[in-house]
Amino acid sequence: MRWKNTEYTGWGRALRATGEMARPERLSALTALMAEEPAPALGNRRSYGDACLNDGGRAVDMTRLDRFIGFDPETGLARVEAGMPVGELARILAPKGWLPAVMPGTGFATVGGCIANDVHGKNHHGTGSFAQHVKNLTLVTAEGPQTVKGGTALFKATASGLGQTGVIAAAELQLIRAKGDIVTVTERRAGDFDDFIGLLDRSGATYTVGWIDATATGRDLGRGILEEAETGAGLVPAPKPAKAVPFDAPSFALSPAVVRTFNTAYFRRVPGRGRTVVKPINEFFFPLDRIRDWNRLYGKAGFHQFQCVVPLAEREAIRDMLRRIAASRLASPLAVLKRMGPGRAGYLSFPMEGYTLAVDFPNRPGVEKLVHQLEDLTAEAGGRIYLAKDALASGARIRAMYPEHEKWVRAVAKADPQGAMATDLVRRLGLRGT
Amino acid sequence: MSETWILLGATSSMARALARALADRGDGLLLAGRDMDDLRVLAADCTLRGARFAEAVAFDARKPERFADLIARTQADDGVLNAAVFVGSMPDQADIDADPALIDGTVTDSFTGPARFLQMLAPVLEEHGAGTVVGVGSVAGDRGRIGNYVYGAAKAGFHTYLSGLRNRLGRRGVHVVTVKPGPVDTAMTWGLPSLPFMTTPEAVAHDILRAVKTRRNVVYSAKIWRLIMLVIRLIPEPVFKKLSI
Repeated sequence: MRWKNTEYTGWGRALRATGEMARPERLSALTALMAEEPAPALGNRRSYGDACLNDGGRAVDMTRLDRFIGFDPETGLARVEAGMPVGELARILAPKGWLPAVMPGTGFATVGGCIANDVHGKNHHGTGSFAQHVKNLTLVTAEGPQTVKGGTALFKATASGLGQTGVIAAAELQLIRAKGDIVTVTERRAGDFDDFIGLLDRSGATYTVGWIDATATGRDLGRGILEEAETGAGLVPAPKPAKAVPFDAPSFALSPAVVRTFNTAYFRRVPGRGRTVVKPINEFFFPLDRIRDWNRLYGKAGFHQFQCVVPLAEREAIRDMLRRIAASRLASPLAVLKRMGPGRAGYLSFPMEGYTLAVDFPNRPGVEKLVHQLEDLTAEAGGRIYLAKDALASGARIRAMYPEHEKWVRAVAKADPQGAMATDLVRRLGLRGT
Repeated sequence: MSETWILLGATSSMARALARALADRGDGLLLAGRDMDDLRVLAADCTLRGARFAEAVAFDARKPERFADLIARTQADDGVLNAAVFVGSMPDQADIDADPALIDGTVTDSFTGPARFLQMLAPVLEEHGAGTVVGVGSVAGDRGRIGNYVYGAAKAGFHTYLSGLRNRLGRRGVHVVTVKPGPVDTAMTWGLPSLPFMTTPEAVAHDILRAVKTRRNVVYSAKIWRLIMLVIRLIPEPVFKKLSI
């Protein structure tokens, strides 16, 4: 296997790594390189911080192990290689009447990445997390490939395990039925935070997601748009061609005035009485994928995403966070509020029953301080920070948020005693112990 | 009329991209190569993407005694038969300098092996009186350069062979496309010092399908390489021999 020396980043582009990378195109090449010198895997690098970075070390790019290996149309069990992007899988499956049970906000995320971060989607409140629908997976370590069944300790350490138990090469997924390849989306305005929480609590929709105006203050604090959706069959509007951001945007592109103006227009886009629209599935599930490399809008310095979840009873913590975010004038238009269910599959899985808030911030002076304040509020509320997004948190705080962390450490120590799979995130947060 | 394609060297990422594009439109696929485990995975992938059928079949450019079985297999299907050749090998020139015997394998993989197979397939295609042969050559075959002239020589031989095959089969309604890719982001180029105008396997597959549809004879992928190679071919030999490009 030839190694390529390269500099790379996560989606946020605020943190960088340099190191050697391999990109096997078949399973035999992967097992051979793991036998020689194990290295952590990465996919399409859609995690934001340093979960997919190994500065100064080696990494295995899994994007060419991306094939759809098997599918049973009776049971809806599908077997795919780990480098398969979730959106591509959905594109192939939807005409057959099936979809991945859980889809994150970008279709570029690979199946391996979805398992390693135990991601959630717009149906988490009803359907749970991604890895809860993984029947088994193929894990490659220095000893070769092994099948890991759902529910075992090794599975729980691998699902949400940030790649520390070995390289996920393939997985068997339980799909869910979809009526077709369109979604009907009902969009409603939420006038303020209480209104928003009320709408989320009362929603009976399969898929829900709330866009929140993180720049709104005073009476408008917490205003936004709730989208509720169901899959359906019908005429599919022709997909619009993808556009790309061809260069790093200058810093004024997302200045506070621009963001406030944009957010107000975006809020008013939906009429006061709400509306129902029909969209192709990709457009609903992966709205930003239509703008390739949109992370370049944040310029060379990159950006951070803060995402937390707090228990249902701690909604005031979210209100408090929104106040501070609006006052900081650092928010971007990308902010999401959602209600989560309890579903989680692994020791380090992010979800808990409660409300989750995600906000993007350009990497500017003041962001680090703001994010630390938000982390304080999260910790006080008994909540959790999402490792797939994090680039700034401190280790002791994070470890305290994950009650099964010790179990994970023990399982990982057994699976990778040499620590060969460690990544920048794991080192920064001291996740594997000393 | 349904179409069937045999892809030689189907484990290569360019072949994978073409196979998927063909599967998307419902063609039948015979995926030929050495790594049967990997070919079976690709066959499953293509079937699930919509191929009329996809089957892994054994092909080794260095084992011509087994070609006849494969030729027979191509006749078992009643679709219009097409073939695409992706096989080839490119050892480092330095390795060849150390062990000149590597030349034999390089020429067999990149030229004589696939040529011998196509020579056996030609009468079958002539009988069908339709279909396309796609031969993947290389810009390296347009001029011998210090960096990889053995691979280049093998590809040059393959280009000339394809030109002759086109001359022969064209008379019987079978079209031959010569594709000359520049550097493509594949396992072959991964980790090599940075190469100019690198393209993706998906872009090459797209160019191939367009060339087949419009019945082009010789295409470059990416297109810019037609111009670059024109210039490189025009450099007089007394000058060229002093260059290291």
